Amino acid sequence: MNFFREILLEQLPGFREFPSIVQTFLPMLLGCLVCLALVALFPLIAVWLERKVSAHMQDRLGPMRVGGWHGWAQTIADGVKLLTKEDIIPKGADKLLFKLAPLVVFVGGFAAFVVLPFSDQFIVSDLNIGILYVVAISSLGVVGVIMAGWASNNKYALFGGMRAAAQIVSYEIPTVLAILTVVIPVGSLSMQEIVKAQAGGVLNWFIFQPVTFFAFFIFYIGTLAEVNRTPFDIPEAESELVAGYHTEYSGMRFAFFFLAEYANMFLVSAIAVTLFLGGWHGPWLPGPVWFIFKSMCLVFLQMWLRWTLPRLRVDQLMYVSWKVLLPIAFVLVLAAGTIALITEGPA
Amino acid sequence: MQVEAYAGEEMVLNMGPQHPSTHGVLRLELETDGEIVKKVTPHIGYLHRCFEKHAENIDYPGVIPFCDRMDYIASMNNSLGYALTIEKLMQIEVNERVQTLRVLMAELNRIASHLLSIGTYAMDIGSFTPFLHCFREREKILDLFEWVCGARLLYNYNWVGGVSHDIPSGFVEKTSEFLNQLEPVIAEMDKLLSYNKIFLARTAAVGIINKDLAESFNVTGPNLRGSGIQWDLRKEEPYCAYETYDFEVPIGSGQFGPVGSCWDRYYVRVREMEQSIKLIRQALDRLPEGDVHEMVPRRVKPPKGEIYGRTETPRGELGYYVISNGGLIPFRVKVKSPCFTVLSVLPAIARGAMVADIIAIIGSIDIVMGEVDR
Repeated sequence: MNFFREILLEQLPGFREFPSIVQTFLPMLLGCLVCLALVALFPLIAVWLERKVSAHMQDRLGPMRVGGWHGWAQTIADGVKLLTKEDIIPKGADKLLFKLAPLVVFVGGFAAFVVLPFSDQFIVSDLNIGILYVVAISSLGVVGVIMAGWASNNKYALFGGMRAAAQIVSYEIPTVLAILTVVIPVGSLSMQEIVKAQAGGVLNWFIFQPVTFFAFFIFYIGTLAEVNRTPFDIPEAESELVAGYHTEYSGMRFAFFFLAEYANMFLVSAIAVTLFLGGWHGPWLPGPVWFIFKSMCLVFLQMWLRWTLPRLRVDQLMYVSWKVLLPIAFVLVLAAGTIALITEGPA
Repeated sequence: MQVEAYAGEEMVLNMGPQHPSTHGVLRLELETDGEIVKKVTPHIGYLHRCFEKHAENIDYPGVIPFCDRMDYIASMNNSLGYALTIEKLMQIEVNERVQTLRVLMAELNRIASHLLSIGTYAMDIGSFTPFLHCFREREKILDLFEWVCGARLLYNYNWVGGVSHDIPSGFVEKTSEFLNQLEPVIAEMDKLLSYNKIFLARTAAVGIINKDLAESFNVTGPNLRGSGIQWDLRKEEPYCAYETYDFEVPIGSGQFGPVGSCWDRYYVRVREMEQSIKLIRQALDRLPEGDVHEMVPRRVKPPKGEIYGRTETPRGELGYYVISNGGLIPFRVKVKSPCFTVLSVLPAIARGAMVADIIAIIGSIDIVMGEVDR
């Protein structure tokens, strides 16, 4: 928030004369607008990128015409189409929950963007419980998914919603344990502290440290399941449940789910970059450029995996989470704690 | 629906008839307890187009386009079965060029059909990329067919006593070229899909059709061979001089799970494609000279009688039972459809499976609703 206060102090003449309540809320508003811009802009790029990446992996071209160069305006055209579609609410649907569900899912992802450290200055809010806040707020998305599944009055949607809830909740545990292995050496939950602990060259990044190297993979796989990407895309398995929990949604409501999914993809990649890949550290180029570049690499990896691997069945998915990832994550936390004890002595 | 059917805990879920992965218009009524399926009832008939009734009102050569439309993915094999049956009834012996061309087209269509089956199966399991690779290769085969007879999917190619078009010059070279570049693609498919751990986890222990079940339900084709039974009509009751060709019949061996799993059936199809390539190469080598319309009768008027003829299509044993009363129009044409019989196994193997497994099982038995419903 300080960042935006500084900007407003410099750019807006007479900022000091505003009533104190305005002085408090205007930076917040500015920060939120920046987040909103990101959350709205990134899916635009990501959807286009996914279509191009998948096309080239499948020996075809993808969008080529809309907007001229390689169909870059395709997503904008799709967005306009979704905006102008008829808003259909199924007959027996629970109207309030049906309308609220996409918003809840969206907010769960959007609210976590405020703690992403784009550079050492540019962070909307450097909470001292940063990473805990992220984990807590992104769990809000599960509630939205269950709401969507139930309120649609559709068996397929219900199936999808239940599966999604089970999956996301199960995979949060190894993910959070993997996060713990980073928090233990850093000693703080704040996102900026975690990034600063990785200063001083590429080898200081947590991905190259012994215990957190394995934690990175646990974290990445766990977050793949959180954002419902293949091989964990059971909740939206097109060939099984038509479209899972968002089967009955059309127009802008569906667009919200879609937006939320891609924003989440960026979010978890950004968190992985913050925790394991050195955040905004990097030579010559400014912090935000490195941060976004590294995040996009991880997003590309997510897309690559989606178009290569088949899908796990829901019980196999649960098996992987509870019987494979969780024990490994426990061992890693134990190892991280032991190393911290040895190197720093009892606290 | 009786009240006892609802034990209170079970949910009736309807898959289809419009559904991304029931391979056509098939309606499956699932009684599920959570994710486990207690009972599956297939409802068919959505694609019934009265083939057998049409056959009673149109002359013998006119039935051939209708035959194509039953299993629209492997049309060459359908019309081959019908043509052979009528030729048997009329005691016509076709010349060697026609026989070789028939084998050539049937095997090319077998490859195309298996490519589609494998591609869509991969897509049902969630792996989207092999679908497009398979279709890219299939497009090349369809281009070859279009070159020969003008149609991409429904050819009206095998006539009673011959074939409709002779192959154009350059066809043999083009086909060889295609086969040469197809072999690495099949190897790539093995690397990408066949031994992929997730694919194995989804298919290798699912949908087991053991030997007894397969035999008692009259399962035929790759589904039967996936259960470990060595039975291929091209070897057991050869037609079109198949006995003079050198090829093997792959069977499922339970490499990664019990014999007769979805993976075995899938794998048999992959290996069958390789055998078909072998057959096509032999056919291209030996293509003798001849006139393809030599033995085509001016009017097809079989003597009074009835006959049953069967061939090995990519989906199994397709049988035509034809009753002729001596006229120009058949009295009755009854079709024994392999997909219909294999679909009847579904309720038996689906108990205790999960909803995702039902998708895997249907994909692996490779049904085409056009043939099930006729």
